[in-house]
Amino acid sequence: MKRKYLLWAPFALCIGLLAMFYIGLRNPDDHVIASQQVGQPLPQFSAAAAMPGQPGVTSSDFGGARPRLLNIFASWCVPCVAEIPMLMRLKQLGVEIDGVAVHDTSGDLAKFLADNGNPYTRIGLDESGRAQMAFGSAGVPETFVVDGKGQILYQHVGVVTEADIPKLMAMLGRPL
Amino acid sequence: MKLTFIAFAMVLVASPLSAQDYAEVSLPNQQQEAQAVALMDTIRCVVCQGQPISGSNADLAGDMRRMIRERIAAGESPEQVRAWLISRYGDWISFKPQAKAVTAPLWAIPLLALLIGIWLVGRRLKRKGS
Repeated sequence: MKRKYLLWAPFALCIGLLAMFYIGLRNPDDHVIASQQVGQPLPQFSAAAAMPGQPGVTSSDFGGARPRLLNIFASWCVPCVAEIPMLMRLKQLGVEIDGVAVHDTSGDLAKFLADNGNPYTRIGLDESGRAQMAFGSAGVPETFVVDGKGQILYQHVGVVTEADIPKLMAMLGRPL
Repeated sequence: MKLTFIAFAMVLVASPLSAQDYAEVSLPNQQQEAQAVALMDTIRCVVCQGQPISGSNADLAGDMRRMIRERIAAGESPEQVRAWLISRYGDWISFKPQAKAVTAPLWAIPLLALLIGIWLVGRRLKRKGS
């Protein structure tokens, strides 16, 4: 009797596997790739000035006592437009935001900033994605909170919305 | 005509010296290029997530190909470059499973299955023999 049940075990195992494949295929893997650099010191990078009269961004700009935001964006990135009003709000609240523009040109950026506003203290050009890869960033927009010691505290993937502001302000150690 | 020829000759002479974009151009050293391509085939594109970066048109995949070629040309080993990418994007970026505690079942199960199989066959053969 026991033996009879045992013979069915491989069959049951197969059914179980097929069920898992089915569930796996029905729920496509929509992966948010979290940077492994969170909790680490900001990696060395240097992004040349993108706009006349506004400095570029380098790793040595961070760690100067106050936490800062590092925003990875691009003029060709549609969701980035939606984020600018929120970044403007943060700027009004006294937050310093440095922007790294990926695969961009000064001309396109000038138009983007004229159309949408410029919340950035510094803007650096990252033409070949070197800075973006150093941060472990997988797309635009992404926003990193860098603390006063120059450590990456937090990575926000995607557009910063109104709902994200209290959390970001708390991480920046500022009152709302 | 002569001027055109001179201009053409100058372009021919100048082009190998000008900076190559290694996102799309092979390394001159064939052995290094083979190492770089083998690595690219096992690095997942973080934009179009099912593809390796060797077959992806995403800008970031191009950036990674360029970075890989430059680092390998500078003398880094493919596994050093893989480790650098994993330190940025996590294990998920590599199609090649790493050998560590979490992935132990991946390596142990085939061995275990083989041992169980040998044991089962051995038992049956023994029974037939007796």
